[in-house]
Amino acid sequence: MADVPVSGSDLTVGERHDARRPLEADLPTQVHVPNPALAPAQPPRLELRGISKSFGGVHVLRDVDLRLGRAEVVGLLGDNGAGKSTLIKIITGIHQPDEGNIWFDGQRVDRLTVQKARALGVETVYQERALADQLPLWRNIFMGRAISGPLGFLRVGAMRRKTEELMGESMGFTSAVLTPDTSVTGLSGGERQGLAIVRALHFQADIIILDEPTMGLSLKETEKLIHFVEGIRAAGKSAIFIDHNIFHVYSVADRIVVLDRGRVAGEFPTSRYSLEELMDIMREIASGGAYTEAERYRAPDGAASGAGPTGSAA
Amino acid sequence: MSATTPAAAPERPRQLGRFAAAWASQIGITTAFGLLWLIFIVLAPRTFLGDRIYLSFAETTPYFAIIALPLTMVIVTGDMDLSFPAIMALGMVGFVAVWHLTGSVVLGTGAALLVGALAGLFNGLLVTYLGIPSLVATIGTQFFFRGLTLVLVDGRSYALVDTQASPAYEVLVGKLFGIPMEFVWLVLAAVATWLLLNRHRLGQNAYVVGDNRQAAALMGIPIRRTRITLFVLTGLAAAFAGLLNSLQIVNFYPTMGDGYLLPTLAAIFVGGTSVFGGRGSIWGTFIGAFMIGGIVAGIVAVGLTDYYTNLIYGAVVLISVSIHALLRRRFEH
Repeated sequence: MADVPVSGSDLTVGERHDARRPLEADLPTQVHVPNPALAPAQPPRLELRGISKSFGGVHVLRDVDLRLGRAEVVGLLGDNGAGKSTLIKIITGIHQPDEGNIWFDGQRVDRLTVQKARALGVETVYQERALADQLPLWRNIFMGRAISGPLGFLRVGAMRRKTEELMGESMGFTSAVLTPDTSVTGLSGGERQGLAIVRALHFQADIIILDEPTMGLSLKETEKLIHFVEGIRAAGKSAIFIDHNIFHVYSVADRIVVLDRGRVAGEFPTSRYSLEELMDIMREIASGGAYTEAERYRAPDGAASGAGPTGSAA
Repeated sequence: MSATTPAAAPERPRQLGRFAAAWASQIGITTAFGLLWLIFIVLAPRTFLGDRIYLSFAETTPYFAIIALPLTMVIVTGDMDLSFPAIMALGMVGFVAVWHLTGSVVLGTGAALLVGALAGLFNGLLVTYLGIPSLVATIGTQFFFRGLTLVLVDGRSYALVDTQASPAYEVLVGKLFGIPMEFVWLVLAAVATWLLLNRHRLGQNAYVVGDNRQAAALMGIPIRRTRITLFVLTGLAAAFAGLLNSLQIVNFYPTMGDGYLLPTLAAIFVGGTSVFGGRGSIWGTFIGAFMIGGIVAGIVAVGLTDYYTNLIYGAVVLISVSIHALLRRRFEH
């Protein structure tokens, strides 16, 4: 650093400008070198391979593979303790896997953190669990990624304005009582959910994770939510939809991944399975471990069936 | 920023109710302050209409108010720091050592601040990395820092009369147009903390951490860094306050700071900062500090004996905290 002012101090301002121009002209125009390994097929937006995780000796996830294509909605089903939330926490960077790797757009990402995941376009709708009740709406919308200027000072005006905009356009908050300065305490359940969703969407998320989004929702609100998830796909974005409720997941997912006791018990494109079939399968899985597609539909060629037909949605 | 706001406000219906709701605590504390003041003026007009008592407040209140400001932010994150009285003295050990060595008040001040910041860092690391509840951890460090101070100076006190020769002395505890510099420092500290809490990422994160720590984790907020930074700031402020206090009385004694614990916490809670985190007011703490500071002087001036001090002290804290609790319930549902 010290060298720069010393060498530059002899130059007059004019000379410095002259010296700079040819330098800029010499700069090569930026060439994007495509990685030949990735070039042929578009890599999935998100891919997990061989993910294992245990807490205090208890294996919560074992060798889990998961792919999420572009404009695809994957439903993640499983009982309590199946490992759904742990898997989500690994994708969102809250937990690091003990084994296995994560790829975003064909790019391997090691040591994923929440900040990194958000920077890569992963946004999660955690319902009310990730709202700060006493804080105003604008502070909630910009939680963890405040607009700030030099030295970290906030641009409060910009955030308030953006919040007001989002409230009108995306959340459908029409009540005049609500302003960007209203605290979350003053919102109804549906409004809170709207806030959580809009927050996830506002930041140009490519992968939207909905963690039990229908919990505690009225019928009408659930319908709205399903509609919203369809909108994600229409916009060319991807989503992972986690729920207990197979009805909700089935109506919107392209593919359903069933987790059972930390393993992927099967993958089922909703285009090939009826809801009734899926419910039978879920029952089978719940009562006696893994279900394999082969047993049901094909000659018993066994082993390969566990992976199922992946990426068929595109 | 100001250039953008007018465009953003297409006739916002500002009802009195909502204004009152948003500022209930602040209005409450300011009203209480005004009432207390009026009572003192009525009961002891000679004292409270002259300027001597205010000059005295302006000098003595900052000793704990300067600490109360960053401590307000610590409490906003849901933490607590009880070790600051000991840091006030420990920082002075750094001052005395470096000042004796170099003869420079400026370098001594730097040493005091450094020691304060390190003590705060120690608190922060204990609390975040070992996961000890801050209340317990800082009870421990309070004893530890005090003990360290006593051992290091062997229980002796030091005269600081020679510091008065330094121009830095005037900057730290002199007078500016007749106003004690302590007060000037307090105002600067208050403005800086207000900005940090309400207009800075640090404050934004502090609010979220205090309101819902799980949410903070899910949204990728640097929880540890936020909490540690605030402990460091509190340590820094404590060392600075200890320095001001010692220079003013031109003496350093190793038990300095004892007795500041309760007024400091009282100022914060009277000011409407929530014990449960997620909510705090720098303005409230500022006013609260002067209320607490005024009570002792007021009681004596009004003609009551000193024995009433604690009684009225306790009453003021209880009443104002109850008012805050009631206001909150009334306006928030």
